[in-house]
Amino acid sequence: MSVESTSAPAVQEKKKEALFSKKNIRTLRDPLDDNNPITVQVLGICSALAVTVQVKPALIMAVGVIFVTAFSNLITSLLRNSIPNRVRIIVQLIIVATLVTIVDQVLKAYMFDVSKKLSVFVGLIITNCIVMGRLEAFALAQKPWPSFLDGVGNGVGYGIILVVVAIFRELFGAGTLMGYHVIPQWAYDHGYVNNGLMVLPPAALFVIGVYIWAQRSWNKKLVNVS
Amino acid sequence: MEHLLNLLIKSIFVENVVFAFFLGMCSFLAVSKKIKTAFGLGLAVIFVMVLTTPLNYLILRYALGEGVLSWVHPSLATVDLTFLAFILFISTIAGAVQLVEMVVEKFAPALYTSLGIFLPLITVNCSILGTSLFMQEREYNFTETAVFSVGSGIGFFLAIVLLSAIRERLRYSNIPEPLQGLGIAMIITGLMGMAFLSFSGIQL
Repeated sequence: MSVESTSAPAVQEKKKEALFSKKNIRTLRDPLDDNNPITVQVLGICSALAVTVQVKPALIMAVGVIFVTAFSNLITSLLRNSIPNRVRIIVQLIIVATLVTIVDQVLKAYMFDVSKKLSVFVGLIITNCIVMGRLEAFALAQKPWPSFLDGVGNGVGYGIILVVVAIFRELFGAGTLMGYHVIPQWAYDHGYVNNGLMVLPPAALFVIGVYIWAQRSWNKKLVNVS
Repeated sequence: MEHLLNLLIKSIFVENVVFAFFLGMCSFLAVSKKIKTAFGLGLAVIFVMVLTTPLNYLILRYALGEGVLSWVHPSLATVDLTFLAFILFISTIAGAVQLVEMVVEKFAPALYTSLGIFLPLITVNCSILGTSLFMQEREYNFTETAVFSVGSGIGFFLAIVLLSAIRERLRYSNIPEPLQGLGIAMIITGLMGMAFLSFSGIQL
């Protein structure tokens, strides 16, 4: 975040910034790697781990979170000048809770089986720290369009981790991807066994831990951020 | 009675909010660098959880759900407001946290200075809202809700104090640089989760 504020151009020559100016693109792209909400900002880990046993619920959860982060950022940014500072947390929570209620009702109506599988974790998007963190850190001080992009970027950054973890867990835990068998039958015939640990909750933590390790060995500037 | 004791044990050890459902992970990882602060946060979480979950139960029982509004007026018997649960639950929690903060500040300044900074954080601690949502999903009655909230709070307390103790020790160990901090904390949490798995199946 400090990078964004210091490198923002001081001189605003054009009256209207292009929709996809360099700065806006960076707002969108940064959360994917350098400023990933899960592995760098340490936000929103709670639900990241619980819904990643299979790829399909993880994908749907990711879409739900992208929707909520993007629109809560947009709405908060539109209202930023009229929200009293003292009650802003409650106002933000109400905005987020309303959006999450929409997601929950849509899931219940059109994808009931997935909604059952996600159980309470749809509701927990409300307290997902990514949403609150981005509202506090970005949307309260920025214009609507960059805020919207920031929300989309963070939602996608979260979604990537979710799907990567889910791919590992489903592939090694059940030998399937999106419900289709990927590991061929002859492998099982020759004594390959699904790794039962990958289905259990701790495996998600191991996968994310190793992901962080890999990301930080690759991207040296992230070492020692937290 | 035995059923309630069983529920308590289950919510503390077998289905620990942190290790089995990953709730409250954000503050769990962020505030577990020192035992003392972890202890303070753990206590605050127990307190808020025990206060808000039964309160949310009462709201659910007497204001939401199909037909429960009939005590206000018979014509409301067909109203079903369950879809408002999220908004009301989170408002209760935010309100309760604010109230607790003010009360503690007024009557126990010493406690406030030690808990103070953690109290606002608790509003967005997923374990609090999660406990309320689990209460709704599993359809507990009032006593079960009360016991469940105590158990979940103690479970969180136990988890965060244990992790902070381990992390204080970690400072003296030689960890590869990219793995330091968050990475190793994740893996340790995973290992602790595996240890807690061994409680599964315990019944009284």
